[in-house]
Amino acid sequence: MLNRLTRFFASRWGILLVGAIIGILGPVLQHLGNPTNMGICVACFERDIAGALGLHRASVVQYIRPEIIGFVLGSTIAALIFREFKARAGSAPIVRFVLGAFAMIGALVFLGCPWRAGFRLAGGDMTALTGFLGLIIGIWIGVLFLRSGYNLGRSQKTYPAVGWILPILMVDLLLLLIFHPVFSEGGPIFFSESGPGSLYAPLLASLGIGLLIGFLAQRTRFCTMGAVRDVILMRDFHLLSGLLAFIGFAFLTNLLLGQFKFGYTGMPIAHSNLLWNILGMVLAGLAYALAGGCPGRQLFLSGEGDGDSAIFVLGMITGAGIAHNFTLAAKTDSVVDGVLKVGGISSFGMVAVILGLVVCLLIGFTMRQKVA
Amino acid sequence: MNTIVDACGLSCPQPVILAQKAITEGNFPVEVLVDTVTSRENVRRMAERLDCKVNITQQGDEFKLVLTK
Repeated sequence: MLNRLTRFFASRWGILLVGAIIGILGPVLQHLGNPTNMGICVACFERDIAGALGLHRASVVQYIRPEIIGFVLGSTIAALIFREFKARAGSAPIVRFVLGAFAMIGALVFLGCPWRAGFRLAGGDMTALTGFLGLIIGIWIGVLFLRSGYNLGRSQKTYPAVGWILPILMVDLLLLLIFHPVFSEGGPIFFSESGPGSLYAPLLASLGIGLLIGFLAQRTRFCTMGAVRDVILMRDFHLLSGLLAFIGFAFLTNLLLGQFKFGYTGMPIAHSNLLWNILGMVLAGLAYALAGGCPGRQLFLSGEGDGDSAIFVLGMITGAGIAHNFTLAAKTDSVVDGVLKVGGISSFGMVAVILGLVVCLLIGFTMRQKVA
Repeated sequence: MNTIVDACGLSCPQPVILAQKAITEGNFPVEVLVDTVTSRENVRRMAERLDCKVNITQQGDEFKLVLTK
């Protein structure tokens, strides 16, 4: 029985089904209260968690998102049932931390991870296309490095406790969410009272859908970066078919729920600054490619015991703190006195993106070995 | 002469890249060692796409894939 399920999930139908389920559930979460075109955004939601913990003080984006908790724990449950939970670590952890931080900075310049780019596109936000363009360029650069021998070295099998650290941290976050303790006057845990952070679906819906997606994604290895990478690297369309099913079904669900709004400027929680939408996602895409997985995939890997992916996740959460504290994250388009004001990033943000690209290129160039 | 590719501990997509390289070099059978189900499935899918026969055995925590044409 378990073997048959494993074979189904590894098949083309398996990845199509799971892509479709994610595509349907994202807009449903929006319908239940999550922010517009942000049914699920791994980068945004990790950023909200960073805010809730007080790692940044952007008061509009602070909430402990149960979807993230669900992704990790759902993957852990799947890995345990199918006997795939395997603690491993030690493949250049500090590099993964840095890649995670810059991946988040790039994502917050575009205002979303690849999942959100998909949900934005499916909601009619055409700026998402520029994000995907950047993502493809970034991953393509990553593939050039992979072809020339780039890799972060082998991980080692290690104590089971190592693999449990991130899943247990997620349980801690869940407890903080449920009990909402206040650690000092005016101190954390912070929950936004306005803005995207104040918009959320009911806890049980978010957690339940997160667990389900975590479970299914662990079984199918759903990965948005891998989808693009595998096509460029070896003309393998397996993961891409899942990503396309995800966007297609998200589009249909948005139509059904009346959430589709076509446009390019002034779109919800987005900006239409062409150059920085692209460059932000070039940085993020390159960082995902060098680290071997999109932000979602890193959560699922962490759930099945991968300590290196867990470091990437912690790097992303730290990167979110840096992005907001140092005003690197983008501002959305806004309307001032009836005139559209195109959003975008501060000069600090521009410097951070360039710096991130330089660091990623250095990592790519210096961590290559002649593969035998 | 057979080829042995030890891809244990390497993360996605390294095992596939190494196995694909071995296949194109053409010294069959190609033995690929991996230690995760993900890598096992990815290498199997790639090899089957390149018209290889794949025989998988489990050795403790590791999987050995023997690829032949």
